[in-house]
Amino acid sequence: MITAFSFAALAAVFAALAAAPFFLGTYGIGFLLGLVGYVTLASAWALFSGPTRYVSLATVAFFGIGAYTVAVLYETLPSWLVLVVAALIGLFVALLVGLSTLRLAGVYFVIFTFGLAELIRQLVTWYEVNVTGTLGRYLFVDYGPEVVYWKLLALCAVTLAIGYFIKRSRWGLALKMIGDDEVVAEHCGLPTARVKLALFAASSVIITLVGAIQAPRWTYIEPTIVFNPTISFLTLIMALLGGAGRLWGPVVGAVPLFLLFEWLSANFPDHYSIILGLLFIAIVFVLPNGVLGFFEEHWNRLRARGSAGRTELSQDREAG
Amino acid sequence: METLLDVRKLTKRFGGLTAVNDLSFSLRQGEVAALLGPNGSGKTTALNMISGFQPVSGGTVLLDGKRLTGRPAHWISHAGVARTFQLVRVLPSLNVEDNILAAVMFRKKPPAKETAKEEVQRLLEEVGLAGRSNENAASLTYIDQKRMELARALASQPKLLLLDEWLAGLNPSELSIGIGLISNLNEKGITILLVEHVMDAIRALCPRAVVMNAGRKIADGATAEVLRDPEVVRAYLGGAHAVA
Repeated sequence: MITAFSFAALAAVFAALAAAPFFLGTYGIGFLLGLVGYVTLASAWALFSGPTRYVSLATVAFFGIGAYTVAVLYETLPSWLVLVVAALIGLFVALLVGLSTLRLAGVYFVIFTFGLAELIRQLVTWYEVNVTGTLGRYLFVDYGPEVVYWKLLALCAVTLAIGYFIKRSRWGLALKMIGDDEVVAEHCGLPTARVKLALFAASSVIITLVGAIQAPRWTYIEPTIVFNPTISFLTLIMALLGGAGRLWGPVVGAVPLFLLFEWLSANFPDHYSIILGLLFIAIVFVLPNGVLGFFEEHWNRLRARGSAGRTELSQDREAG
Repeated sequence: METLLDVRKLTKRFGGLTAVNDLSFSLRQGEVAALLGPNGSGKTTALNMISGFQPVSGGTVLLDGKRLTGRPAHWISHAGVARTFQLVRVLPSLNVEDNILAAVMFRKKPPAKETAKEEVQRLLEEVGLAGRSNENAASLTYIDQKRMELARALASQPKLLLLDEWLAGLNPSELSIGIGLISNLNEKGITILLVEHVMDAIRALCPRAVVMNAGRKIADGATAEVLRDPEVVRAYLGGAHAVA
């Protein structure tokens, strides 16, 4: 009953979002486009990093690969084929990176992924300067921002659906096992290396597609724009704010933060990065499990206080 | 009886240190044996190599004639080897039920989810954790975490169970429960290799013992005899105390 209702509500929300361009002006569409873009990025990021706790800063590496593939190919191939090519390149890079880094744990993985994004940015810059002779590329497509928006919205729906089905299947359990203790997971018969690689690849392909779909929005593309590390950090902070381990966490985090960032960058363009940094620290300290985790914890505590006897016992056990 | 586990010239070097040196022994189907030796003699390292947690430097391990060495741990688990860890390892963000469900759902032939959940309940009952499904695994007491770890090992339906000091740190009444549990498992046909220091448990459970010292096997045979062996006594107590 409840699930049927939530599915209906969800379908209604997506239908409303899909219809929105008919009622909004250019600014409104651009705003929704950015919002849906970040919701998708944060959800895709959390698909892999949430349960496994491998914090990736490679988001913008894949995002930029997607955007650049489109900038290079959009005049020669039909737009759907460009997306396929972008996805394949993203997949290839993800597999390459995954095979060589998923053995790295903790902070080494974070540093590697950050370095990867920089490396790819420098490589693209070098290639453009030395081989093609230009740094920037113009990108003029014959469709409007609403088409970009619809594509992005569809990708967002697909991403959330993937997250939902993974959570419901035994692979959701598998990812939690990996996040908790990879050694135990392996000894329980879980091929951890393959699972991590597959999920990292899935997450990376979605991120690549976000970059590829959004690319026409800029009309002018250069490495500093589409490989801007802020994109990685924003994605990370959004997922963490909402709670990266939960399906709706990244959505809950991305929406308010996107609104806040829009407002900040409009009103405090000079102090934007300082405020961003402070916010980042605050979220990690105050809400280590995200907003959803915070409410869940307090809800459980309230419920525990409501009933007597047995719960007291279990609390004692927790304290001991 | 047929040979289940065959360990041949197993060797592990860490740089210049040889932790396990040319260790060979075999276990028959249905046997319970102890792997003994003073601290640092290489018992846990040997177990780690059998379960695939650590790669070997040399030698082979065969289970039912199938080669385990060089295979990843999940493959070895599917081949029929399960283990517990010296320092209990629970999956802290999962509840008790999911800790065990995890192992049921990823064994070689996982059942459907509903059947799996029923099976988890049976396993919890078997190890004495009935009705504790929803508790947080990390907040269980030590003995209960050990029980849960045992249930998780059983959930993969092993032919061979490796217990690394599973009985250590239990009080006397818990110890007798633990011994009972292990001997029940053996009666069901599971072959068991225990690394253990609790002598009462070894005498009660294991007709046979393999003893290691400084990475080498120094004795192998009936437990009572092995424990009287002068070399074993010397290894445990130091040369000066060996009177025999």
